[in-house]
Amino acid sequence: MNWDRLQEKLSILSDAAKYDVSCSSSGSKRTNKGGLGNASFSGICHTYTPDGRCVSLLKILLTNHCIYDCLYCVSRKSNAEVKRTAFSVGEVVSLTMNFYRRNYIEGLFLSSGVMKSPDYTMERLTKIAKKLREEERFHGYIHLKTIPGASPELIHEAGLYADRLSVNIELPTQKGLELLAPDKNHKEMVKPMDEIKQGIVQYKDDKKNKLVKSMKFAPAGQSSQMIIGATQESDLDIVKTATALYKKFDLKRVYYSGYVPVLSDEKLPALNTSVPLVRENRLYQTDWLMRFYEFEPYEIVNADFPNLDLEIDPKLAWALRNREHFPVDVNTADYHMILRIPGIGVRGAKKIIVARRYGRLTYEKLRKLGIAMNRAKYFIHCGKYYVSNDYDSLQLRNLILHSGKSKYTKQFDGQLSLF
Amino acid sequence: MLTILRYNGNFDGFLAAIFDVYDLKLQDAIIRREDGEEVANLFAQEIYSSYDEKKAERVQLRLQKILGKRGLRELWMSFLGEEKGIEDTLLSVIRYALKTQKNVLGDYGHPDVLHLRDTLKKIGRESHRMKAFVRFKLGDDGIYYSLIEPDFDVLPLLEYHFKTRFADQRWLIYDLKRKYGIYYDLKEVQIVNISESESKNGLALREIRFDDDELHFQRLWKSYFTHTTIESRLNKKLHLQLLPRRYWKYLSEKNPLL
Ligand code: SF4
Repeated sequence: MNWDRLQEKLSILSDAAKYDVSCSSSGSKRTNKGGLGNASFSGICHTYTPDGRCVSLLKILLTNHCIYDCLYCVSRKSNAEVKRTAFSVGEVVSLTMNFYRRNYIEGLFLSSGVMKSPDYTMERLTKIAKKLREEERFHGYIHLKTIPGASPELIHEAGLYADRLSVNIELPTQKGLELLAPDKNHKEMVKPMDEIKQGIVQYKDDKKNKLVKSMKFAPAGQSSQMIIGATQESDLDIVKTATALYKKFDLKRVYYSGYVPVLSDEKLPALNTSVPLVRENRLYQTDWLMRFYEFEPYEIVNADFPNLDLEIDPKLAWALRNREHFPVDVNTADYHMILRIPGIGVRGAKKIIVARRYGRLTYEKLRKLGIAMNRAKYFIHCGKYYVSNDYDSLQLRNLILHSGKSKYTKQFDGQLSLF
Repeated sequence: MLTILRYNGNFDGFLAAIFDVYDLKLQDAIIRREDGEEVANLFAQEIYSSYDEKKAERVQLRLQKILGKRGLRELWMSFLGEEKGIEDTLLSVIRYALKTQKNVLGDYGHPDVLHLRDTLKKIGRESHRMKAFVRFKLGDDGIYYSLIEPDFDVLPLLEYHFKTRFADQRWLIYDLKRKYGIYYDLKEVQIVNISESESKNGLALREIRFDDDELHFQRLWKSYFTHTTIESRLNKKLHLQLLPRRYWKYLSEKNPLL
């Protein structure tokens, strides 16, 4: 093997793939059938990059050659500044197997620029997955990105070997897409999502009726990604698109990727623009609220509040706008309402539900349970403890922002790590 | 009068000691390992709990009935934390469970249950970290080697994970602190002890020679790690929080090669 050559390819093709944020390897339960590997349901981060992102998959492009010219992308055709290269099928297989055997990774996340034609590229991606599964008997995690414009048959075949398929929506609005990626449009882009959804539904039905024995179809479902901050979209636009994707295509995850300015063009944010990290984080929190906290999208952003508050998290923002729901009595309120108390997460809410079966909860007991009382205390009532209702929402907002500031920010660092 | 009950130091022995506490109707007792430190109390009586499988089994069945299989496993797990005096916590929780005949492990309001929960969390976290941070290096004998020094005795918790995942390769994970390892020979996992000078089972730690390709793959991994980092998003604080410095020694990507 020519190691230096391989080394160079790996640097170029991991560099080009890194802006894709979805590193999650969760959601699949693939068991090892006499070969190598399995997919653990919650996924494992094997290391973290200095920018604080979880590394669980070998995330690479098959090639950074591309026949398209999307303005926001380093691999676009017209970018003369990058070196172009491509892995062979065997190289990707060998890297995956050898990294996996050393416990560096949970599996492979393979994406690609469009080489020759969408079908040509998709075929090679599928071939790699097939080889890993059938020849190497690899049962670890495989995430394939579908190539826009590839034929339904190929996408279907990919679903037979991959744990997860993703179709990137790229930009939150059709208008943005017209501006920056004239070769693409949302209608065409979501077509494969529908096909994948049908495939998954079919597979689940077959499984229920015990028709097909072992052929899985994308058991970890499908996901998508959009770049935020490259165009002038509002948070409402983003949340609307995300909601539509979740509802229409049963997506497992939507990823929001703060635009990293790598290229200069008058249609793009200037090169010295900083990555909208806080906004990205607020969007993930919003996503979290919709998926795990029983919030409806319109409760968080709507025509009156089209953009998220960057200073405070969306749950606190909602609570401050809806004071009539508080204080919540933690001894009697249902799970749904407890989830809405600022400072109490899903874990905390579940602990409260369990712990109160053994006796009344007091302020002290809540603290012992590990509830962050510095925020929660303004929104609850328990036993003898009543919150004083002297503050209006603006005062309360300032009080919270200025009191527990450090702890407050830390909390978000922790949450960021989830993604 | 305070009774100090000594036992052999393993979990079964501890369960047998619990049997004695009830059998001898000891109101005021503490349970300690026989090789543990002296307890300075002039008025205490010290007795040895003789190990008997039947005693341990009876306690086990009883607890399993109340706490479930999972609960019993949690009691066992808390033991791996090697925490001094964890026996006191366990005894108190067990007394509480037997008295109320309820699965009290969810009662976070009880200080000893809470302490048990915290201990379990720590052990669980360490075991999860090891699943993530173990790095195998391929020896020229075809065995994948990894040396670790975990905070707690987590090897028993790792066995199943590594056995199911790396089913078609031979591997050894060795705990340098506790001086034993688990070795998988493609069929089953065995416990191995390797003293530094002599080699048992044909393995001597200091003499591992690496496969020709090993260095190349380490280099590739390191380069992947560097190139997958996004410079404009650097966040050192978060990085250290997620990857505390004391775990860096395991990670090929954070160390010189081999
Ligand atoms: S098709 Fe994909 S790889 Fe090609 S320029 Fe557009 S975003 Fe980049």
